[in-house]
Amino acid sequence: MRKAELIMALCLAVFSAYLMLKSAELPIGWIPEEGPGGGAFPFWLAAGMFACCMSVIYRWFKRTSPPSQSTEPYMDKDTQRMFITIAGSLTVMIGAIHFIGVYFSLPLFLMFYLRFLGGHTWPLVLGVAVATPIATFFFFEIALLKTLPKGYTEPLFYPLYDMFL
Amino acid sequence: MEIINLLMGGFAVAFEPLNLGLVIFGCTVGLFIGAMPGLGSVNGVAILLPMTFLVPPTSAVIFLAAIYYGAMYGGAISSIMLGIPGASTAVATTFDGRPMALKGQADKALIAAAVASFVGGSISVVLFTAFAPPLAEVALAFGPPEEFALMMLAFATFIGLGGDDIPKTFFSIFIGLALSAVGLDIVSGEPRLIFFDIPGFFHGINFLVLAIGVYGIGEMLWTVEVSKGNVQMSKATVTIARTFDALRDVLKTWKTMFMGSFLGFFVGILPAAGATPGSLMAYGIAKSTAKDPDSFGKGNVAGVVAPEAANNAASTGSMLPMLTLGIPGSPTTAILLGGMVIWGLEPGPLLFVEHEAFVWGLIASLYAANFFALLINIAFIPAFIMVLKMPFTILAPIIFCLCVVGGYVPTQDMHDVWLMLGFGIVGYLMRKLDYPLAPAVLAIVLGPIAEPAMRQSLIGSHGDISIFFARPISGTIMIAAIVLLLLPAFKIVKDRMKIN
Repeated sequence: MRKAELIMALCLAVFSAYLMLKSAELPIGWIPEEGPGGGAFPFWLAAGMFACCMSVIYRWFKRTSPPSQSTEPYMDKDTQRMFITIAGSLTVMIGAIHFIGVYFSLPLFLMFYLRFLGGHTWPLVLGVAVATPIATFFFFEIALLKTLPKGYTEPLFYPLYDMFL
Repeated sequence: MEIINLLMGGFAVAFEPLNLGLVIFGCTVGLFIGAMPGLGSVNGVAILLPMTFLVPPTSAVIFLAAIYYGAMYGGAISSIMLGIPGASTAVATTFDGRPMALKGQADKALIAAAVASFVGGSISVVLFTAFAPPLAEVALAFGPPEEFALMMLAFATFIGLGGDDIPKTFFSIFIGLALSAVGLDIVSGEPRLIFFDIPGFFHGINFLVLAIGVYGIGEMLWTVEVSKGNVQMSKATVTIARTFDALRDVLKTWKTMFMGSFLGFFVGILPAAGATPGSLMAYGIAKSTAKDPDSFGKGNVAGVVAPEAANNAASTGSMLPMLTLGIPGSPTTAILLGGMVIWGLEPGPLLFVEHEAFVWGLIASLYAANFFALLINIAFIPAFIMVLKMPFTILAPIIFCLCVVGGYVPTQDMHDVWLMLGFGIVGYLMRKLDYPLAPAVLAIVLGPIAEPAMRQSLIGSHGDISIFFARPISGTIMIAAIVLLLLPAFKIVKDRMKIN
């Protein structure tokens, strides 16, 4: 936990510094007749973020904050495995939406999660995996007229649009 | 007396079968839209606006107002059940609503939210009925310095009353505000903070992307870690006896409900302020005045009651400047305003004279909407509880799917879905190290109000920051904010003195 506190503070400090640089692409000072430059607001906020990170690092050296005193691991082996599996499968699902759309990537993700992480029976897995995209389609696309991404599967939905819209 | 006669006339309009039917239908639709992460009252009103052309203008506005009300009630449902605020106005409800659900008290939290919303809505409609024209004048006294001071007070609430690590809370506020600056500069129109020239950043970062990431993905990852993936979400049950017990407990918090209602209404009438700062301030005051402030954030029912009363009161309050001055107090009322203009109802002081039947019909329908929203909400509580009783390994992937769809819907851009995933993962990693994330979510909501208010004030004063202190209203609010900011320092000094 202690090491993680320092690494996180350093990463956030680097991000804050990057944000300051990025903000400075627009004027950060006072422009006569126009007021504060466009970059001033985010620049000073990023400077504040940087100062907060320095404070966290200072307390880390002094061992005054709870995470800097902790001897517990930041993530145990089980948590690491679970985190990588879930974050990885979410990444794959979102990536797949670009190609096969929401209505095919959601069921695949649901099947993976329910069957391999949840250990549920196939009838339940298939029931949820089929019902969720159907409910999503009718709620968002038909009732609320909000189109969801379909990738290359878009033409498959034309008959449904003709039928319900 | 004249007001009562006008209101009675209004009830005659509101209780016409068509209008009453629209109120009930609007409340039900609004409840479900509000309960869906990624969709709020603004989506509901915008999506259903074209449907209102099928009915007369008065019925149309009554229908939209009912959707607005229903959605304000519904916002609390996903906050309590899933820990994902469906709208910015319901962020403060997650602080105690979610812990209550995890303790098996989801039914109590939902009842508290419904009753508080009803009380907040009712009090604000009464205030609206009695004081609409003079309060509109008060709202006009609020210029950019006052708006900025109000935002400062909202942020100071987190620092002074949050109880979290101070530098990390500041960091969270700063990063939320900085992320709200992504997109186009409001004054020069130049692109700002367009990371790696990715086009998706040009439209800015929608607050829902951060909220769903942090509260949806991040919260689920956290729950998976804590539960090791195989426990039920909640042991909640709902019975008539439990409902009455819960009602009894909720009614004990009547002082908090009244405080939230009045505060929410007055913040709601301020142009551009809306319900989010109101609900946050109500939460802060409830916590600071409670006998047991340490129980807040761990499932104190007053922590649900205060923001819910405030956000519903504010939703009525925000209609006041819209009707009397033609200035919308929130994005939803801006759409309502657009609808009224389309139907030939010009908002402003003359509306009360020229379209008397419409105005009083709308006000009376707010009373009706409030009542039906409460009934509908309570009727659906058993169904909501059923969802919570699902095994976590079924509920979690469905919530992940809901997050993905909810992240896409507001802007219809896959860039935001990726961003949401990133926020969720980073949020989870930060949460493990005690970084509070609610301030970041609220800062990204309030940033687009705070920055223009600050810049307009400074332009007006030629860079003199004393403008925030020189005007009586903004000066008073700023001093209150500074006192709140210094509160942790006072506590430290007090504790040290005790030790010595």
